[in-house]
Amino acid sequence: MNMRLLWLGLLAVVLIVAPFFTYPVTLMTILCFVIFACSFNLLLGYTGLLCFGHAMFFGGAAYITGHILKTTHVSLELALLGGVGAASLLGLLVGWISLRRSGIQFAMITFAIAQFIYFIMLQMPFTGGEDGMQGIPRTKLFGIIDASTSFEYYYVVLAIAALSVALFYRIVHSPFGEILRAIRDNEPRVESLGFKPEHYKLLAFVLSAGLAGLAGGLKATVYQFATLADVSFPISSEVILMTLLGGLGTLTGPMVGAGLIILLNDYLSSFGEWALITQGIILLIVIIFFRRGLVGELNALRRKMRTKASPKAPASAEFASRSPGA
Amino acid sequence: MFDMISPQLVFGQLLIGLINGSFYAMLSMGLAIIFGLMNVVNFAHGAQYMLGAFTAWVLLNYLGVSYWPALIIVPIVVAFFGIMLERLVLKPLQNLDHLYGLLATYAVALIVEGLVRQKYGSTGLPYGSPIPGGVNLGFMFLPYYRLWVVVFSIVTCLGTWLLIEHTKLGAYLRAANERPDIVESFGINVPRMVTLTYGLGVGLAALSGVLAAPVYQVSPSMGSSIMIVIFAVVVIGGMGSIIGAIATGYMLGILEALTKVVYPAGASTVIFVFMILALIIRPNGLFAGTGKS
Amino acid sequence: MSFEKAPTTAMQSGAVLRVENLSAWYAESKALHGMNFDVREGELLTLIGRNGAGKTTTLRSIMGIVRKRTGSIKFKGDELIGRRVYEVARKGVGYCPEERAIFSSLSVRENLTLPPVLQKGGMSDEELFKTFPNLLRRAGSQGTKLSGGEQQMLAIARILRNGSRFLLLDEPSEGLAPVVVKEIAEIILRLKTQGFTIILVEQNLRFARRVADRHVIVEHGKVVDILNAAELEADMDRVQTYLGV
Repeated sequence: MNMRLLWLGLLAVVLIVAPFFTYPVTLMTILCFVIFACSFNLLLGYTGLLCFGHAMFFGGAAYITGHILKTTHVSLELALLGGVGAASLLGLLVGWISLRRSGIQFAMITFAIAQFIYFIMLQMPFTGGEDGMQGIPRTKLFGIIDASTSFEYYYVVLAIAALSVALFYRIVHSPFGEILRAIRDNEPRVESLGFKPEHYKLLAFVLSAGLAGLAGGLKATVYQFATLADVSFPISSEVILMTLLGGLGTLTGPMVGAGLIILLNDYLSSFGEWALITQGIILLIVIIFFRRGLVGELNALRRKMRTKASPKAPASAEFASRSPGA
Repeated sequence: MFDMISPQLVFGQLLIGLINGSFYAMLSMGLAIIFGLMNVVNFAHGAQYMLGAFTAWVLLNYLGVSYWPALIIVPIVVAFFGIMLERLVLKPLQNLDHLYGLLATYAVALIVEGLVRQKYGSTGLPYGSPIPGGVNLGFMFLPYYRLWVVVFSIVTCLGTWLLIEHTKLGAYLRAANERPDIVESFGINVPRMVTLTYGLGVGLAALSGVLAAPVYQVSPSMGSSIMIVIFAVVVIGGMGSIIGAIATGYMLGILEALTKVVYPAGASTVIFVFMILALIIRPNGLFAGTGKS
Repeated sequence: MSFEKAPTTAMQSGAVLRVENLSAWYAESKALHGMNFDVREGELLTLIGRNGAGKTTTLRSIMGIVRKRTGSIKFKGDELIGRRVYEVARKGVGYCPEERAIFSSLSVRENLTLPPVLQKGGMSDEELFKTFPNLLRRAGSQGTKLSGGEQQMLAIARILRNGSRFLLLDEPSEGLAPVVVKEIAEIILRLKTQGFTIILVEQNLRFARRVADRHVIVEHGKVVDILNAAELEADMDRVQTYLGV
């Protein structure tokens, strides 16, 4: 436990001094995608639902947050909350429709609906269509904190990301999170215990959509523009890759994945199509050879070494919590 | 208001709808066949369709092989690629959650589309019509090639359907959709059958690609953009239902075209609206009764 | 427990199938724990035991449908472990599953004629319809529209087509009316007189007694007793306690 605190402290120090050493916008992008990856992990990793169009919540909220900031004078956090609210509402609707089918079909339906949202965003006048929405102002946080430079704004984004991760942690470790994992592992059994899985799945979907909306809205304030790229399929696919690469259903894996993929995109941005090709290759390798992802494989390795060192030691806390109601 | 719509416009759009519907039907049928036997949603289906069109283009422009031989060569070549894919990627995943199959074929689609785009760029490449000219029907002009596409796709769909519903080979396939283990216990090499069926589905996609080359421009994104509609078609028709996939394919092609006449702005979204309505009204698919899963 | 060693000493000659120290797993859970028994040419052997004892798993392991196995399964001297299901079938083993697995998308005729002819000795379609006349009457209807008894007949009939002389029948009497059970028993006895070797999984002791030469009692994935027909009759009480009735 002390080790964990030590690591957390170290991480906090690194995050606080990071903008002194690298480009704050890259860091903020990573933080936005950390939130986005957490939202996706809540669905796929902890509930077993593959949403194949998560960009609709990300990009949809980016437009809504941007639109609020452009047309009203409300403070920043209210605009972000507006984006979260819109994304949650959209999540409620999409979830209500798509949760009628499960597994692969759920994935296909969310994929098609996301495309539908894309076309709507393309045609709606307020989004600016192909040109996108430009010049989104960064108003003061709570009406008092001015964070107009990227360097200052980084700390705002960092604080919001930290709160989001904490929220995600709370959800996953709550009784509600336990039920979600039980649904993932054995839905009929959860149903036979008298729970209504569809209600839990819908709530998980709405929470995930809201969190994805926060990520998207935040991204719109970081870049001060929102475009069709934010609602498009490559974003949905990137978050899948981040989650799988880092480790499906692990707490930290998708965040690690988000960081790696953003850095990779940055690095490959001048190589044309190779960014997408590389993403495809990584995804394929992860699926065929190490489905537990980087953090998942690391955890498995650590567990193996620990059981080898002391065979009678109890299973790690994480492992115990992953077999609900056993 | 409706009297302002000319019959030329309506029939012209209907033909376009029938052409689009032909491709929707052929691709959805292949997807349904593969899904029925393997429980894999072949996301690479669009990429394989695109690969079919590109292979035909390459054959024509680099080797001087014309459309007609390409119609036979290309499906075989691309089906071979599909068989390799099944052996190397899908077979190792077959006992896992089916979502992995979807994601793996998606990754393949990403790689294939990216490579083609890297080599040939994003702009569409023209492919001349092998049957130029057409006939004036009075109310509209009908290009011969478009007529060929519609007839050919109907024959292909019907032929494939007959093969599956009324032959011994089809009986193996239908039985293996239900219980592959039992079919194998009769002494049938089911793993090989799975590989060949995937090859057949991929070959059908490539065949559609060759057929599409003279109609649409040959472009790297032609596969991923049609895939979006195909997913909706399969969801509406009911997964794994072959006849449902075919019927829904043609129906949606025509629906899309008619929307273009009545409300042009809604043409790109009408299929999705229809899908959402279908899901709300008939959650198990329009043709769920005739489905096989 | 002492019976576990019996087969290897007493019943060497004439064994068509020899199962030695067979263990099998479903994913991570072990279902068979070292089974030992053998089956002689032309014999009708039953596997008897409670629900979950491992009877069905034994059949599925022989067939290769359960893949994770250790030990040895020798059929006519050939090792079956490591073979694919269709290879086992092509050696002449027919399998009729407990759930019958009649294909709903196939007609009765298609269901019946689905298995390919693998070797000589299988029944022709005419013979099959003569043996099962009621199937001919319903040949055109959907396979799963048949009654339970007819479905069971169909499930047995279709494995007679490909020429397998060694049959694995999983609870053919399950859920059927007594008069139908009697009919099935007659069919099975007829197959025996025609020279088929059969392993029959049964919970219905009355049914098993009617048809079998020997009985293998299975408990917790192990063979706990092997009795011939006479021994079974003499010691019904012991068998009853095994079955918990």
